[in-house]
Amino acid sequence: MTIATWLSVALVLAGAFFFFAGTMGMLRFPDVYTRLHAVTKADNLGLGLIVAGLMLQAESWPAMLKLALIWLLALLASATACYLVGNSSLRSGLPPVQGRYSVRRNPCRQ
Amino acid sequence: MDDFYMGIAVFLLLNILLGLVRILRGPTAQDRMLMAQLFGTTGVAIIMLLAEALDLPVLRDVALLFALLGALATVAFVKRYWPAKMLGKEAGK
Repeated sequence: MTIATWLSVALVLAGAFFFFAGTMGMLRFPDVYTRLHAVTKADNLGLGLIVAGLMLQAESWPAMLKLALIWLLALLASATACYLVGNSSLRSGLPPVQGRYSVRRNPCRQ
Repeated sequence: MDDFYMGIAVFLLLNILLGLVRILRGPTAQDRMLMAQLFGTTGVAIIMLLAEALDLPVLRDVALLFALLGALATVAFVKRYWPAKMLGKEAGK
């Protein structure tokens, strides 16, 4: 296996780790505002790493460029979605969890 | 090498399945919508991994479309769920 292949494997594995971290954040964070971080940051970093790993294996320049463009579009989309959901949650009066977080006292827990 | 990409795609699929717990539990509609966002991002990654593993470059166009539709879904949700008049005075103009 060549160096590019090993690098691709490492980048894709790192991406998968960040996706896992995003899902964990989605499950464990206390309210919408913190969950937004998990979904829009960790996951898009994971997507970026996977795209970088796949770009090393792409057959041509246009294919690499297309992969990069997909990532940029996903970044733009999730930044917009993050702002929209966060802003409208705050303005419709959903309270952010403040102070020391404890699972037992979490108001968002059901 | 293809098996490796396929394995990672399956791992991401399991991630989505794990995240579905948030749809069941998530107290507010926003939490459930965020899950759709996570589904979109992870789905794009899965489709691109499949494009490499199955040697089907066409799937990359599908991933592009998926990324686009994910954004539109969230915008539509926010517009429908919070009509402008609910969002305070400056949004009502």
